[in-house]
Amino acid sequence: MDLFPLYNSLRIAAICAVIVFFTGIAAAYYIAKLPRLLKGVLDVLLTLPLVLPPTVVGYLLLLVLGPKRIIGSWFLEVFNQKLVMQWWSAIFAVSAVVFPLMYRTARGAFESFDETLAQAGRTLGLSNTYIFWRIRMPCCRQGVIAGVVLAFARAMGEFGATSMIAGYTPGHTATIATEVYQLWRIGSDELALKWIAINVGLSAVVMLAVNLLERRNRSPRRRLPSAEVRT
Amino acid sequence: MSLSVSIKKRLGSFTLDVSLETNGGMLALLGASGCGKSMTLKCIAGIETPDSGRIVLNGRTLYDSQARINLPPQKRRVGYLFQQYALFPNMTVAQNLQSAVRRLPRAEQKTRIAEKLAAFRLDGLEKRRPSELSSGQQQRVALARILLSEPEALLLDEPFSALDDALKWKLELELMELLDRFAGDVLFVSHSRDEVTRLCERVCVLTDGRSAPVTTVKGLMHAPNTISAAKLSGCKNFSAAKRTENGFECADWGVTLRAAASDPAVTCVGVRAHSLRFEPAENAIDCTVTRVIDNVFSYIVMLKTPGGGPLRMEFDKDRYAPPVAGASVRVYIGAEDILLLQE
Repeated sequence: MDLFPLYNSLRIAAICAVIVFFTGIAAAYYIAKLPRLLKGVLDVLLTLPLVLPPTVVGYLLLLVLGPKRIIGSWFLEVFNQKLVMQWWSAIFAVSAVVFPLMYRTARGAFESFDETLAQAGRTLGLSNTYIFWRIRMPCCRQGVIAGVVLAFARAMGEFGATSMIAGYTPGHTATIATEVYQLWRIGSDELALKWIAINVGLSAVVMLAVNLLERRNRSPRRRLPSAEVRT
Repeated sequence: MSLSVSIKKRLGSFTLDVSLETNGGMLALLGASGCGKSMTLKCIAGIETPDSGRIVLNGRTLYDSQARINLPPQKRRVGYLFQQYALFPNMTVAQNLQSAVRRLPRAEQKTRIAEKLAAFRLDGLEKRRPSELSSGQQQRVALARILLSEPEALLLDEPFSALDDALKWKLELELMELLDRFAGDVLFVSHSRDEVTRLCERVCVLTDGRSAPVTTVKGLMHAPNTISAAKLSGCKNFSAAKRTENGFECADWGVTLRAAASDPAVTCVGVRAHSLRFEPAENAIDCTVTRVIDNVFSYIVMLKTPGGGPLRMEFDKDRYAPPVAGASVRVYIGAEDILLLQE
């Protein structure tokens, strides 16, 4: 059994998780500071890939990345390299689809952050970078981690946009999702079931991780100040 | 030592217009909730930016709209004690303190932190998280952290408002003791006249975003000159008033009262609930008792005046026997007890 689809799915999902970790957090942080109208518009635009059918996202990406389209043709001319039908082409598709998951969860976490902590930090002379990485991020840790895990899980299962932009080439662009589809088409039940077992196992592990994180999140981490003095 | 503030800021229909100067020591900023006290502090600390004005601390300009100066909070050297202390929950006590001195060399950091831990009775709590401390300890850590950053002025934003009475008293005593060691100016924000009377000598009253000239706390409590100042000083009875030959005609109470002083600008008079008495004095009002409320150490008697407006009378339980509801009584007010007020 060729395990390439597992390897390919894992590396695509991992790379996409890293990409959306930074872009999602940056978007969540900066958009929260914008005026209400602009915030609303950007919020809708950035969340759209979550509700659009992945095939629509794939189609829209092909409209700009295809070899005869604006970015795709430019890239082909300058670097002599097509942007589609490579294993890494799936990164464009998957990142676009999972970005809203990271963005939404990170924004939720940032919104519940007590802004007076950042203000206190600034009056104490702490730099904005220090406040972001040493105070804001640790305080929002649970939400951010949950967002990354969700994004990773969804990235593992992306099929529609991936198959349109990276296609299915065994040993080159095949992922678990496209492999299972291919195996069903050629009627190879035995192999398909093996892949399904692998996929179910992986997803179960990821969801278990999410649940554990959420439970830790719910348990009271911050006790109310009490009157009694414990020394 | 002085912090001088003169700023304006519009927030929707609300306008903040504050001028004050500390001139050393502790100045109270007194006002009802939502009158712009916290916004004023945030403008001084640099967390919010005013629309126009000037903020100068010990000769250093922190903000000047005309000269286009607006120092970031990091460069202002203004300490801000938040209502909930704003300790970083992800750090231990030691780390919280260390964050305020992180630009210093390691060895220097250690000696300064150790010094503050001892001075603020925090020894042995270094490894605790803020959530594992009592509110008194939290307040001490927050103050220690602020003083480690060596501010030139200190802003205290209602530090006791979220606490119950017994604890409030304890922390107040502690705060007074700790602040004795602070050389810079302190601006203390509060909505409680009791706190302000105990902690400060001078006060600036803020009403709907507008500040009144700085006065002494004693002066404010004994002779307030605006309705809002009188309300903050605890006065409960007010009536619109017009000056006539015989005194002040009080429309709400349907009487003309003689006052010890006179001022043509007066538009309103106030009478404290404690100033009303049954022994004869210069002014008398015939009222009907509408309600008698049994308080812990006093009776509160609600009266209906000839003008229809209510009067609230309060006296210690051992002073008079309480009247019964429905009874007609004659209450007296001394001429010197009439507060002459303006809008």
